[in-house]
Amino acid sequence: MKLLILLVVVIGLVAIVQLAKVYQLTSSLRARREEDISEADNRLNGGLFLAFMVLFYASVIWLVVRYGDYALPSASLHGEAVDTLMGFNLAIIFAVFFLVNTLLFWFSAKYYYRPERKARFFAHDNRLELVWTVIPSIVLAVIIAYGLATWNQMTGAPAEDALRVEIYSKQFDWTARYPGNDGEFGLSNYNLITPTNPLGIVTAEGLEVSMSEVEKSIAKLEKELMHERGHLLKEQLELEAMLHGGDHHGDHADHGHGVDHAAVEARLHEIELLLEDESSLTIITEAAYEAKEDKLNRLKRHRQRLTEISEFNYDGGLSAWAAGNDDQIVKGEFHLPVGREVEMVFRSRDVIHSAYMPQFRAQMNTVPGVPTRFKMTPTITTDSMRYITGDENFDYVLLCNKVCGAAHFNMEMKIVVETQEEYDAWIKEQKEYLVKEESEEAPAETADLEGTTEKTTASL
Amino acid sequence: MISKQFLITAVFMGIVAVMLSIFFRLQLGWPGESFAILETFLGKWAPGGVLDRNAYLALVTIHGTIMVFFVLTGGLSGTFSNLLIPLQIGARDMASGFLNMLSYWFFFVSSVIMIFSLFVEGGAASGGWTVYPPLSALPQAMPGSGMGMTLWLISMVLFVVSSLLGGLNYIVTIINLRTKGMKMTRLPLTIWAFLITAVLGVLSFPVLVSAVVLLLMDRTMGTAFYLSDIFIGGEALDVTGGSPILYQHLFWFLGHPEVYIVLLPALGISSEVIATNARKPIFGYKAMVGSILGIGFLSFIVWGHHMFVTGMNPFLGSVFVFTTLLIAIPSAVKAFNYITTLWQGNLRFTPAMLFSVGLVSTFVTGGLTGIILADSALDVSVHDTYFVVAHFHIVMGMSAIFGMLAGVYHWFPKMFGRMMNTKLGFVHFWITIISGYGVFFPMHFVGIAGAPRRYYDYSAFEFLDFVMDLQPVISVFAIVGALGQLFFLFNFFYSMFRGQVAVQNPWRSNTLEWTTPVEHVHGNWPGALPEVHRWAYDYSNPAHEEDFVSQITPAIPGEEIH
Repeated sequence: MKLLILLVVVIGLVAIVQLAKVYQLTSSLRARREEDISEADNRLNGGLFLAFMVLFYASVIWLVVRYGDYALPSASLHGEAVDTLMGFNLAIIFAVFFLVNTLLFWFSAKYYYRPERKARFFAHDNRLELVWTVIPSIVLAVIIAYGLATWNQMTGAPAEDALRVEIYSKQFDWTARYPGNDGEFGLSNYNLITPTNPLGIVTAEGLEVSMSEVEKSIAKLEKELMHERGHLLKEQLELEAMLHGGDHHGDHADHGHGVDHAAVEARLHEIELLLEDESSLTIITEAAYEAKEDKLNRLKRHRQRLTEISEFNYDGGLSAWAAGNDDQIVKGEFHLPVGREVEMVFRSRDVIHSAYMPQFRAQMNTVPGVPTRFKMTPTITTDSMRYITGDENFDYVLLCNKVCGAAHFNMEMKIVVETQEEYDAWIKEQKEYLVKEESEEAPAETADLEGTTEKTTASL
Repeated sequence: MISKQFLITAVFMGIVAVMLSIFFRLQLGWPGESFAILETFLGKWAPGGVLDRNAYLALVTIHGTIMVFFVLTGGLSGTFSNLLIPLQIGARDMASGFLNMLSYWFFFVSSVIMIFSLFVEGGAASGGWTVYPPLSALPQAMPGSGMGMTLWLISMVLFVVSSLLGGLNYIVTIINLRTKGMKMTRLPLTIWAFLITAVLGVLSFPVLVSAVVLLLMDRTMGTAFYLSDIFIGGEALDVTGGSPILYQHLFWFLGHPEVYIVLLPALGISSEVIATNARKPIFGYKAMVGSILGIGFLSFIVWGHHMFVTGMNPFLGSVFVFTTLLIAIPSAVKAFNYITTLWQGNLRFTPAMLFSVGLVSTFVTGGLTGIILADSALDVSVHDTYFVVAHFHIVMGMSAIFGMLAGVYHWFPKMFGRMMNTKLGFVHFWITIISGYGVFFPMHFVGIAGAPRRYYDYSAFEFLDFVMDLQPVISVFAIVGALGQLFFLFNFFYSMFRGQVAVQNPWRSNTLEWTTPVEHVHGNWPGALPEVHRWAYDYSNPAHEEDFVSQITPAIPGEEIH
């Protein structure tokens, strides 16, 4: 391939050099003016337009024959309507494409310049212009009406009994969540995201975990900053100056006035101890120190936001929090029952992604802070599609279709469509978010957490 | 002079943008293959000759930005508005020479910053030319959202300043400085197109500035216009309450008129070139003006068709479907009027004429697929796929570039007093149209098969294998097409100095610029300003012997003047 490209480059260069030579030779010999296009050239270019048209149409037809039938049958209910609409539009488009291009290239070939002829002075014709205003308008009216009918069908309210699945995106993977037995998704809040709670589901336990994570990070940073050698030394010098300032300049009566000598000495003693404990001393640059300080402040604000999350902020109080307990979170692949409407709810953690499911003719952006929705009814199981395509390894995919960073091109999740029975068996095996092995323990835990939350709220 | 500065800067930017596209086409055509040329040009961005994943996104982004803004907006409008407005309306100069100069230098500085951004730590902006936040707002989201992104935004602000200064100047000049007899209804279609383009720019570019400034503030001052509920880099961010979708509304409020800012001048140029070289009046002058106005107006109320899958209210989507598809009507009128102009004409295939005919073809071919993208129900399945890439490259990229090249070939004698070589022009055109369609037409099929755009590598997706054998074909066409431009570059620079010396009116054209002397004089006309007695399209008028009648020719007795 490399060779091929090299070849193309070389041939291109050679051609140009040759042409340049020819150009130079002829320009000196020629009496012809550049603007006088010879009849031969006009005829040639007209003919080339026809030749180009034939070549172009042949390629288009070849592409249609070879690749036009790419399409797997649509695997969703609305997708069938979309495909029909697409077929209808494509038919119109191809008709106009061939009509207009043919007229264009044909006229170009036919009416090339001949000196003995004079062009027809034809400045306007209201009837003709009316024709090509009215006909496109009518055709477009049909396209619009048909298109919007399909659109309304696609975007109408989902059925009451639709299965609800949440699709959650982040750089660079997808997570799916099922609402569990209660049919309700637990509330979620991005402040509660931790490694064990990747979707930030709001539960009393989740809140506690996040809080402790944040506290841990705060403590760690505070410790690091507290043990920074440079800052300790600086503080030491300042404090010493403060203490001894009075001695050196005894004549200045008010200098050092108001300094709590005891407190300063205590702090100095503390600093000495910290400096002695070399194993825990940190040495970082000023810039890094400031960055860490910033981070510490951000963490403190994060902690503040966490404390503000209380059950009183949510409709339904604590019972709303409980909805998350039985949510089922799956990664890698998610399953859908065939023939049942599914309402997908999309959320994003970091940047905009787009959930693109080409075989279902479905797509919706996932937007941080703004949940989005799309409903569809899968109609063909993965197994049937494998049979239809003759490809044993065929799988439906969910792709990312909004550029989201370096691994954008690798962000996929498998979708398995199966019968209701298979789906039921599969969903039963999926772990619930908060597994409660002993039913007695759970209420106690909740009660305990309730107390914690109140305490933290109160302490502020 | 300023038009030449714009043109040469745009040619340079165009070369850069084409090279960037070839670099990423190499990766797309032969994923993972090592190319020495990549390492030579990109260094650490292509270790071992294989393009880096982040660098790929940066190349795609900067290619798009340069092409849309620097080549097709600054280059196209800047060159031909500055050249043709005073000459074709019979003015001594633009209304404000000073604004004009500022407009170029802002454009120049903005170009320099954009190029410079390719070389900074972390690389250039990489979020796609639309730079949607939060990706573009958060440096921790990708390396390209660091310094490169800041420079991108600064460059854009300067660009908009340039564009506004230029646009205001064009509008004022056209309205106030027309020579005696040059009624609005006698303006050449080029001038109508430049006027509406400038109006679109003046009304929409400020909105881009606000979008960009708010984004800069989100990046640097901790505001949250576009940001909310974000957890990234292991941290929950403070910012809440903004919406990333707001940016998209603001961006596309410019972004869609921008398409016509790019396209209308090209259509204006081709109207002029086609009428001149068909030796026929442009068919339906009033309908042509009407459709420019109609397209201009509609372009402001269609932006939402870029956002059907953002979760926007479906009813709002329906409104945008309706308004967007309406644009097809004035576009159809234009296309049929061009074709009727060719009918029974006497077509002289100068290189400019070839490119103009090519433009009509690409305008129709690319415009038609817009019907699918405008139809929200269909857009869902092809949105952000190669289908979109195919659509806008044909309708906007190829058409506008063809218009620009037609303009260069046609008005080269006016700019440089010399002729370009026509034979090289023929070769250039045929290579360009064949490779242009060769690159972009197959992309429709890649897109319908479900291949998302801006992917670095598609080999992980078995269901796409079938169409992926088109990728190397596309890349070969792209390389050939890029090399074909060498014919143009050679011709352009060689003819500038060594081309045949031009005569006053080489194309036997009616418009006023051909009544000025070949050697440019200060004030354009040595004596009094010409007086206009007729419209610009009296070609092959049966009342006259010659097949063209200059606008300064008074009516002969008994003649009905347009």
